[in-house]
Amino acid sequence: MNSKLATLGLCAYIAVSCLFAFFFPQSVLAFLSVEASLLLLYYVAAPRRVKIFLGALVLVVLLPVLGSVNGYYLEVAIQIGIYVALALGLNIVVGFVGLLNLGFVAFYAIGAYLWAIFGSPQANAFIPGGFFPLSPNWFFVFLLLSIVIGALTGALLGLPVLRLRGDYLAIVTLGFAVVVRALVNNLDKPVNLTNGPRGISPISKPPLFFQPLLEFFGLHVAEAKLYPIYFYFLILVMVCTIILVTRRLENSRIGRAWKAIREDEVAAAAMGVPIVRMKLLGFAVGASFASAVGVLFAAKQVFINPESFTFMESIGVLAMVILGGMGSIPGAILGATGVTILNLQLLKGMSLWLNGLRQSGAELTIPLLGSYSLSQLPAQFEPAKYERMVFGLILILMMIFRPQGVLPPTRERKQ
Amino acid sequence: MELALEILPQVLLDGIVLGFMYALIALGYTMVYGVLEFINFAHSEIFVLGAFVGVEVLLLLQSAGYLAILHPLIILLLVIVASMVISGFAAMALERVAYRPLLGGPRLVALISAIGASFFLQDGLRLFESLWRNTFYLNYPSLEFLDQTVPLAANLVIPVKSILVIVMALMTLAGLYVFVNRTKLGMAIRAVAQDPDTASLMGVPVNQVIALTFFVGGALGGLAGVLFGIHYSLVNPYTGFIPGMKAFTAAVLGGIGNIPGAMVGGMMLGLLEAFAASYLSLMTDGAFGAEYKDVVAFLVLILILIFRPKGLLGETVRESKA
Repeated sequence: MNSKLATLGLCAYIAVSCLFAFFFPQSVLAFLSVEASLLLLYYVAAPRRVKIFLGALVLVVLLPVLGSVNGYYLEVAIQIGIYVALALGLNIVVGFVGLLNLGFVAFYAIGAYLWAIFGSPQANAFIPGGFFPLSPNWFFVFLLLSIVIGALTGALLGLPVLRLRGDYLAIVTLGFAVVVRALVNNLDKPVNLTNGPRGISPISKPPLFFQPLLEFFGLHVAEAKLYPIYFYFLILVMVCTIILVTRRLENSRIGRAWKAIREDEVAAAAMGVPIVRMKLLGFAVGASFASAVGVLFAAKQVFINPESFTFMESIGVLAMVILGGMGSIPGAILGATGVTILNLQLLKGMSLWLNGLRQSGAELTIPLLGSYSLSQLPAQFEPAKYERMVFGLILILMMIFRPQGVLPPTRERKQ
Repeated sequence: MELALEILPQVLLDGIVLGFMYALIALGYTMVYGVLEFINFAHSEIFVLGAFVGVEVLLLLQSAGYLAILHPLIILLLVIVASMVISGFAAMALERVAYRPLLGGPRLVALISAIGASFFLQDGLRLFESLWRNTFYLNYPSLEFLDQTVPLAANLVIPVKSILVIVMALMTLAGLYVFVNRTKLGMAIRAVAQDPDTASLMGVPVNQVIALTFFVGGALGGLAGVLFGIHYSLVNPYTGFIPGMKAFTAAVLGGIGNIPGAMVGGMMLGLLEAFAASYLSLMTDGAFGAEYKDVVAFLVLILILIFRPKGLLGETVRESKA
């Protein structure tokens, strides 16, 4: 009886929030309430089938519809998807195996540059013949290729350094990210591989293989409108695949070996867990996720340059994993969503709001202290520019007060 | 080949100046690692804080009109003491707020907190300077005394700035050596580094000694920050990251936790980097230039960790207790 009531309430909430967002497409609050419905879905005590159905309804039908009203919604959703995928990848390395990887963004960059170089005229600079850009149909081939290459680079980096103690490993991975970024930044000579700081564009988008089907049904959608929805579904499929793979891995022999290593390496070795091989596997799996997401990112952005792959990104993803709870899949998803919304919507919203206040020329009157003209607010004070401060605070406060994260893994919760 | 020989003295000088700076920063990493076995990731921000305190003091003196009146050595003394003290206290405060609550937990937890502190301080400095000066890229006011040069040989001109760096660094390193090896407080630091539990049983106040270590390391970082600022003029809140990483590399190179090791490692890395910056493009006919000096530094780090993880002078490193 109770669960029926909950389901009903949930449906009502989803309907109301979607209508709200539909009729007030500019409101950040409205979209947040739609996003919150997914969180609610996770907590409400409804039957599993109902939950999956409602979740799919929101993600597959309602969000794209809302996105066609306000394109920014889809943009935010795609960004969230990208970060969820990255956080899930890092969660394997940091959360399951317990190795702090500060250079995770390097693998993301490798994937992105893989498609950027061959999916744009860039490769003509060092492979003669004018074969490039490759036709969009190659996108999916490169998606698969990036998984292999990401895993290989992950293993290659891991091979020499995985014997190191925890904090040394962290610094070496950080160094690796700096090296990759320096290479990407400077490999425009002697051979122009990456076009240096100017970046690469235009990068081919994935093929619209379903367009004949749409036309068969008499649907004519302009490409500019179609691509965001297409990317949204691509990232949705990717995230679902990653979740599925991660869940299967977590409960497998491999996942148990990873957690054993995390808890006590010596004891795990004594129990016959092949430490180095398992650590390498964890590194490789995480790296391959990041690299695949990178391919999608490059195709979505059309233009990439080294600025997208700074240390900041690595720390951002780390903050997501830690906020959600290391080693927890729902945690990583929640953390990635929360931090991305904070970054893209809340901080930006606050900046806009402050700018509005500044221009309105209103006066703030504090009793006893006199009045203060808001137009005098320093122009440098813009919340959107202080994301490092926010990430830093998240990391410190979480470590001191709740090191297990907001949604810790179930097994630890039971203990 | 001739060109290579001709620039050699200049390259050596650059390398030595850089090396002393790395050594000063590396000492902060290595001393903290010695007592706590943890990488104080936010040390690079303590270093930047020193640079900012230096520039603020100079700018205040300038706006008050004292910059032209006072003797340059007094100005330098004022700037250096101010930034060493403030950086030292900032490092202590950092330890109190962000690290002490986490002592005894897994080391990764403390490291993550340190990374958070580093990010927080970067933007904190930026926010402060933005509100205070409306910009966060600050230029050191030039001091006439420091802009002079001393010609030493036909192809070697030594700027007074470089002499300042070398002299200050040598004095500080000597002072640190005496402090650590000849005083009671230094003995306490060494005792805590060797075995905190036993030291505590012998009546050493471990927490205070840890705070003291942070103060000393922070003050050295602050000094390095001022010298960095005077030498390279331009500072912003994010300048610290790469020098901090390099200094950490230097500390690992010399054997982390080992004080003479940090000095040797810093000097080696500084020289290596100066050589890479000047000779890489000569050796490869311009294909790879000075922009690869960071890559060289990190390759060194990786190689050292693979082949000699205890560093060049690092016999004193304990096995991990975790």
